[in-house]
Amino acid sequence: MKILRDPLLWLLALFIALLMWLPHSAPLFSALFPQLPRPVYLQESFVALTLAHFSLVALSSVIAVAIGMGVGIAVTRPGGGEFRPLAETIAAVGQTFPPVAVLAIAGPVMGFGKAPAIIALVLYGVLPILQGTLAGIAAVPASVQSVAQGMGMSGWQRLRKVELPLAAPLIVAGVRTSVIINIGTATIASTVGASTLGTPIIIGLSGFNTAYIVQGAVLVALAAIIVDRGFERLALRLNRHRRAR
Amino acid sequence: MIEFHNVSKTFAGQRAVNQLNLQMKTGAFSVLIGTSGSGKSTTLKMINRLVEHDEGTITFAGEEIRSLPVLELRRRMGYAIQSIGLFPHWTVAQNIATVLQLQKWSRSKCDARVDELMALLGLEPGLRDRFPHQLSGGQQQRVGVARALAADPEVLLMHEPFGALDPVTRSALQQEMVRIHRLLGRTIVLVTHDIDEALQLADHLVLMDGGNVVQQGTPLEMLTAPQNNFVREFFGRSELGVRLLSLRQVSDYLRDEPVSHGEPLQAQMSLREALSAFVAQRCEVLPVQDANGQPCGSLHFRDLLRGEAGRENIA
Repeated sequence: MKILRDPLLWLLALFIALLMWLPHSAPLFSALFPQLPRPVYLQESFVALTLAHFSLVALSSVIAVAIGMGVGIAVTRPGGGEFRPLAETIAAVGQTFPPVAVLAIAGPVMGFGKAPAIIALVLYGVLPILQGTLAGIAAVPASVQSVAQGMGMSGWQRLRKVELPLAAPLIVAGVRTSVIINIGTATIASTVGASTLGTPIIIGLSGFNTAYIVQGAVLVALAAIIVDRGFERLALRLNRHRRAR
Repeated sequence: MIEFHNVSKTFAGQRAVNQLNLQMKTGAFSVLIGTSGSGKSTTLKMINRLVEHDEGTITFAGEEIRSLPVLELRRRMGYAIQSIGLFPHWTVAQNIATVLQLQKWSRSKCDARVDELMALLGLEPGLRDRFPHQLSGGQQQRVGVARALAADPEVLLMHEPFGALDPVTRSALQQEMVRIHRLLGRTIVLVTHDIDEALQLADHLVLMDGGNVVQQGTPLEMLTAPQNNFVREFFGRSELGVRLLSLRQVSDYLRDEPVSHGEPLQAQMSLREALSAFVAQRCEVLPVQDANGQPCGSLHFRDLLRGEAGRENIA
C-alpha cells in the first residue's frame, strides 16, 4: 500500500501513459486545434524520441559530472589551489555562452548530429557541478579534516572516506541543477539534427503547428519533474545521518 | 618515549617554539600548560607531524620521527582534540573503529574492540549505532577518546580535549582519564590552559611561555618550588593553598578513630573537596567512607594544615 502513495511512481505512470496515448490522441488535438491538418506528431515515435533525449542528457551529464567533480577535487588538493580562480572563471564563461550560439558554431565545424549537442550541453552543465563540489568540500568541518589527518589517513583516504561523503549532498544538488537544465536545453539540440523531445517543438515552431509544440513541451516538462523528484529522493538518502533522531 | 632536542619552529618570521628540550617518559601523563601563544599547541602538533619542525630533532620510541613514514607514525599515536571532530556521517561504532579500519582489522575483531572501548569509556552499548549529533557533548568526547585509544596507540596526544565541556562533565571526564591512565599505563601528552585540570592530571607538568619551557616537574614541585615570579603568578599566589590541597587525597590523611556524626567523605576525594565539606558542614572532624561505602576512619581539619606544613619542611 505504501508504494501506491509514492508520488514519484504516479508521475512515472503518467509519463508512460502519455507516451502510449499520444499517437492515438488525434481526436483531442483536432478538437483543440481544428485548423491543423495533422494535429499529432507521428514522424517518429515519442518513445524513440524520449530514449534519444535521455541518452543525450545522460551522456552529456556524465561528462559534465566527470569534468566538474574532477576539477573541483583537483583544485581543492594541496598544490591545486592556485588553479581554482581560473577553473571557476572558465566554468562561468562556459555557462554564459548561450547553448544556441554554441550549436551555431559547433554545428558547421563538427557536422550535424549528436556531437555538437553534447559539447553545448556539457559546457552548460559543468558550472553548477563544479560549484557544488567546491562548496561541498569547503563545508567539511576543519576539525574533522584535522582529526582525519592526525589519525593517519592518506590524502586519498581522506577524500574517499571523509570529504566526498560529507560533500555529497551539495555535489548532488549541483548535479541536480545541471541535469534539470540539460533536460530543457537538450530540446534545442534538435536544431542541429539530434533527435530529442525537442524535435516536435522545433518542427512545430517552424511550421506554425502549436499541437506539436504542446506535445513535445508537456513530455519534456514532465520528464524534468520526474528526474527532479528522483534527485530529491537521492538527497534524502544522502542526508540520512543528519535526519536520524 | 618522546624526546625533543633543541627543537625550533618559526611561523612567518615569528618564533613559535624556541630551542625546546623536553622528555616525555614512557607511561607518564605529561601536561603542557601555558597561556595562548606559548607554543604548547605547536609542540603537540610537531609530535605527530601535523606541524613540521624547522630545527632540532624529535625522537619517538628512539627513532627520529622523520625517519618513519608519516602515516605509520600517526597511526601509532592516538589523537583527540577540543572540537572532537567526530565524523558526522558515521555511527559511534564506525567512528571508534576509524583507525582499525585503516589498519584493516577483521570485522569481528573490530566489533569486539569497539565493545571493549565503549565499556572502558562508560558508553552504553545502545549508543553503538547512533550518529554523533544524537549524543551529548560529554558522550561525544568519550567517543573521541575511545577513537583515539582504539588501536592501542603507544602515545595518546590530547589537545585541550575537555575545553568545550561544561564543568560537571569536564570533571567527570578528567577523573575518567586518570582512571584510564592508571589502567592502561599509556604515555599521554595533553595540552591545556586549565590550571586545575593540569594539576589534577599531570605526573609531569611543563609550563611554557613565549615558545620556551619556563619550568617542568611534578605538580607539587611547581607549586612549592616555583623557579621565578612567572611560575608563581601563573599558578595563582592567592589560590596556592587550595591547589596544594587538590594534589592530596583524603585517604593519605586518615585517622583510624571512627566518627558517627556528619556527612561522610569519600576516601578518594581530594583534600580540596574535603576542605569544602568541612567549611560547608562547619565541623572539624568528618567520617570517611571507602569506595564501597564502608566507613574506614575519620579526617581531622587540623591535619590538613599539618600535612602541608610537614611537606614544605621536606621541600
